[in-house]
Amino acid sequence: MDELIKKQLQITACKVRMGIIEGVYNAKSGHPGGSLSIADLLTYLYFNRMNVDPKDPKMADRDRLVLSKGHTAPALYSVLAQRGFFPVDELKTLRHIGSRLQGHPDMKYIPGVDMSTGSLGQGISAACGMALSGKLSNETYKVYAVLGDGEIEEGQVWEAAMFAAHYKLDNLLAIVDNNGLQIDGKITEVMNPQPITDKFAAFGWHVITMDAHDFDDIDRAFREAESVSGQPVVIVQTSTKGKGVSYMENQVGWHGSAPNKEQYDTAMAELNAQLAALEG
Amino acid sequence: MADIVKKATRESYGEALAALSAEYPDLIVLDADLAAATKTGIFKKACPERFIDCGIAEANMMGVAAGIASTGKKVFASSFAMFAAGRAFEIVRNSIGYPHLNVKIGATHAGISVGEDGATHQCNEDIALMRTIPGMTVINPADHVEAQAAVRAALEHNGPVYMRFGRLAVPVFNDPDTYKFELGKGITLREGTDGTVVATGLMVNEALQAADILASEGINIRVINIHTIKPLDEDIIVKAAKETPFIVTAEEHSVIGGLGSAVCDVTAAKAPCRVVKIGVNDVFGHSGPAVDLLKEFGLSADNIVKTVKELKA
Repeated sequence: MDELIKKQLQITACKVRMGIIEGVYNAKSGHPGGSLSIADLLTYLYFNRMNVDPKDPKMADRDRLVLSKGHTAPALYSVLAQRGFFPVDELKTLRHIGSRLQGHPDMKYIPGVDMSTGSLGQGISAACGMALSGKLSNETYKVYAVLGDGEIEEGQVWEAAMFAAHYKLDNLLAIVDNNGLQIDGKITEVMNPQPITDKFAAFGWHVITMDAHDFDDIDRAFREAESVSGQPVVIVQTSTKGKGVSYMENQVGWHGSAPNKEQYDTAMAELNAQLAALEG
Repeated sequence: MADIVKKATRESYGEALAALSAEYPDLIVLDADLAAATKTGIFKKACPERFIDCGIAEANMMGVAAGIASTGKKVFASSFAMFAAGRAFEIVRNSIGYPHLNVKIGATHAGISVGEDGATHQCNEDIALMRTIPGMTVINPADHVEAQAAVRAALEHNGPVYMRFGRLAVPVFNDPDTYKFELGKGITLREGTDGTVVATGLMVNEALQAADILASEGINIRVINIHTIKPLDEDIIVKAAKETPFIVTAEEHSVIGGLGSAVCDVTAAKAPCRVVKIGVNDVFGHSGPAVDLLKEFGLSADNIVKTVKELKA
């Protein structure tokens, strides 16, 4: 992809990661690992692909995104804030009493959140409903659903997978964040969902794989997805849980815990250095 | 006296959906491979392009309904009560209730009157489950006339609604020319001061019959039809609690968590009075003809009469 655009996306993704750390640190709880692994994906979607308008979050023909892996709300909130849906400073109120920024996405109050999620396996069904609705009234919007690789252990995901293929929802694009870890350990050890690509292919989906942290590859994958018609598309992205913060990377313990002051300082220093290198 | 017309409220549901389809061009109906039984098949025949079969996958169906509702269309999701309220409970709570999406759940085959299919399909817990979801409206119509009116009212209401329909053909006692459905309002069908029977669903007709029997013996009971269990018409309950010596509740549902419990919640807090609950007494049902099962489980006019007399004594 264009080098200037790529550089800008990398800079934005770095700021998104800072927002994730800022939120989770101030909340003293939350899910940084799986948020950091989708930071590049969400940045790409909201800044380079989706038709959304921060001034009109409920715009009827907007593209929709359902964060089916709702516990990674800090990533969604951080991207929405960067995109202008609400002030970046508000990220510090994550999970606080009185804040709009609930522990899991709440569509009633948070501008830009298209579906309330958090109970795993449910978001993909809602995304199917949005896509079907678009088909029924010949609308052109796209629906993106982001799932965790552990999340697809939920049976409802496969009910939805069957549904999407049966109704040929080619306006639905699911992304499975394959970072390899879930709360209790490696997905292959807890309850192996592999081979993820073959499973979706068997359910009638067009399957694409991509490197979750390489914007050239992300762009290639989404361009391929755009060319598919007559069936839903899933992109299985190979990602690093905790990506961007060295001590969090590939550590299962950072699935659902917040950094202390010292760890926060380290993370922010690392991200600031990355940002300086990009901007330098 | 003219022959009593009987009709299952599930048929009223299917017919009402079909009748409303022209008026509401954005009305979508979902089912989970039970269109012939839930009677959404009537809607399917009227407008096949707006009927979506979700297959045997109720959890996904409720999520799909939520997604459709989020785009502004009107959507009904249908299945048997056991699967709509039971199997899919958590999806109804989190994907429909929590975001307060405009989904109407049409649950048929509720209660013991499912009959021969037996305990696995006799859902006596759905009212209890649905009542606990904040913002959920719960409607249990008593006959064909009320069911048809309730479907329209649910459609016109903005927010999630759970509607409960039966498999068994039950007497049509409401007059379609004069009947008026008001969401959240109980209906006093008989005036009386010797006691009150608060009934819902097919037990309303049983309560009316009980009132006739009791009247012939000089006992005049008030009969209240509660079609909307949530939000409950508290005023009509408090009034009955203050004006009559006791309340008997009657429902084709577990005595735990249903209409009887809802009435007790109100009386305990606002107008303490004796309340006796007629319902399924914390047991599973079993196979058999619906009419026989209703008698066996005490869901009958006779049992209401007996209960009222005991309380009078």
